[in-house]
Amino acid sequence: MTGVRVLAGTRKGAFVLTSDGGRDRWEVSGPHFAGWEIYHMKGSPADPDRLYASQCSGWSGQVIQRSDDGGTTWAPAGNQFAYDGTPGTHQWYDGTPHPWEFERVWHLEPALDDPDTVWAGVEDAGLFRSRDGGQSWQELPALRGHRSGPSWQPGAGGMCLHTILLDQSAPGRMFAAISAAGAFRSDDDGQSWRPINQGLQSEGIPDPDAEVGHCVHRLAMHPSRPGVLFMQKHWDVMRSDNAGESWREVSGNLPTDFGFPIDVHAHEPDTIYVVPITSDAQHFPPEGKLRVYRSRTGGDDWEPLTQGLPQENCYVNVLRDAMAVDSMDECGVYFGTTGGQVYASADSGDSWAPIVRDLPAVLSVEVQTLP
Amino acid sequence: MIRVVLPSHLRVLARIEGEVRLDVTDPVTQRSVLDALEARYPVLCGTIRGHDSGPRRAFIRFFACEQDLSHEPPDDPLPPAVAAGAEPYLIVGAMAGG
Repeated sequence: MTGVRVLAGTRKGAFVLTSDGGRDRWEVSGPHFAGWEIYHMKGSPADPDRLYASQCSGWSGQVIQRSDDGGTTWAPAGNQFAYDGTPGTHQWYDGTPHPWEFERVWHLEPALDDPDTVWAGVEDAGLFRSRDGGQSWQELPALRGHRSGPSWQPGAGGMCLHTILLDQSAPGRMFAAISAAGAFRSDDDGQSWRPINQGLQSEGIPDPDAEVGHCVHRLAMHPSRPGVLFMQKHWDVMRSDNAGESWREVSGNLPTDFGFPIDVHAHEPDTIYVVPITSDAQHFPPEGKLRVYRSRTGGDDWEPLTQGLPQENCYVNVLRDAMAVDSMDECGVYFGTTGGQVYASADSGDSWAPIVRDLPAVLSVEVQTLP
Repeated sequence: MIRVVLPSHLRVLARIEGEVRLDVTDPVTQRSVLDALEARYPVLCGTIRGHDSGPRRAFIRFFACEQDLSHEPPDDPLPPAVAAGAEPYLIVGAMAGG
């Protein structure tokens, strides 16, 4: 491994941060697409020089950018995201029917084995796929068309499909999560879907253990153990040991179990990370102390990681797509904040240092471990 | 020759410097100008109006000759000064902060 490339999407552009294996000196490139919101960037596992970026603005809508040289140069790809057929309605915040309307791409997930194939999770919740390097997009309508679809309603950030996990051990199996509908699984490459929310308990919906309606903030999975899933829900950190068939709470001794991101150590499938946030009404760390919590037991028992992180007067948030890990021998962990900092740890979270401190609000962080 | 002025964020996106000059056959309308613009710069498709000659995006406005044309029918003729190239057709992002 020669180094790492961190892809940071922000409210006002994209930044590419690169370092060698030491991960203590960084080169910062950007802003790319200055002034635009970059909801997500991600590299292809099959070709690390192939990157995709979701670029959008309230004025001019959605643009997809593609790089074939690791983010040095970019070119616009296709931006037509048309729902299949007549999309119908979902519930609005007040429970009334609301037409399904494309707003933006929240998450791009390149296929594991083909750089030209990439999945897109969008708001209003839908799943699209491109097989030509992002030039054209087709919806896989079975997810949005699930019989429960008309009852889905948006979370505060919009009704977004924000998580797409691909199971490399079981071709065709994938997971998706929608705020605030819940988690879903497909075993046939997205042709059909079913909710996997048994065991979730959510206040604020009429039936706390309903089949759908849960505000899932993020799912995470270790590729070597894809049957084990971790979830940061609106409230509650959850774990499934049977590919989502059922869930149990593993919040344990966290100071608060509200939060957005969750991720798994690259080499230790039972080591997981969350960033506790005070509450749904107070999107900042408890006591103004920015603490990553790590569990080495797959949940329940958590330890605060504070070295190098601000422990007073810190009132930033860490959004759902803004944490990632590298796969260097000593796993690196990264997260970005709404205050514009991107923090890196080269020792599995024991200590942290900012790569940059003053970017626009960070919406997403992804990491590539370069060959 | 029709002159078109784009907002800066779309000029950067399409790698355009200054005004765009387009040959547009009669009748010169908002639709025919936008069709010609998108034909030359496909990356602008969907960023000003919906794909396939769809409706104007909510935060985009169309001005010319000190008039707001945003709500005019897209197939109405543009002012003669625009059709003659004396005045530009302005595509404007609505003013907003943040």
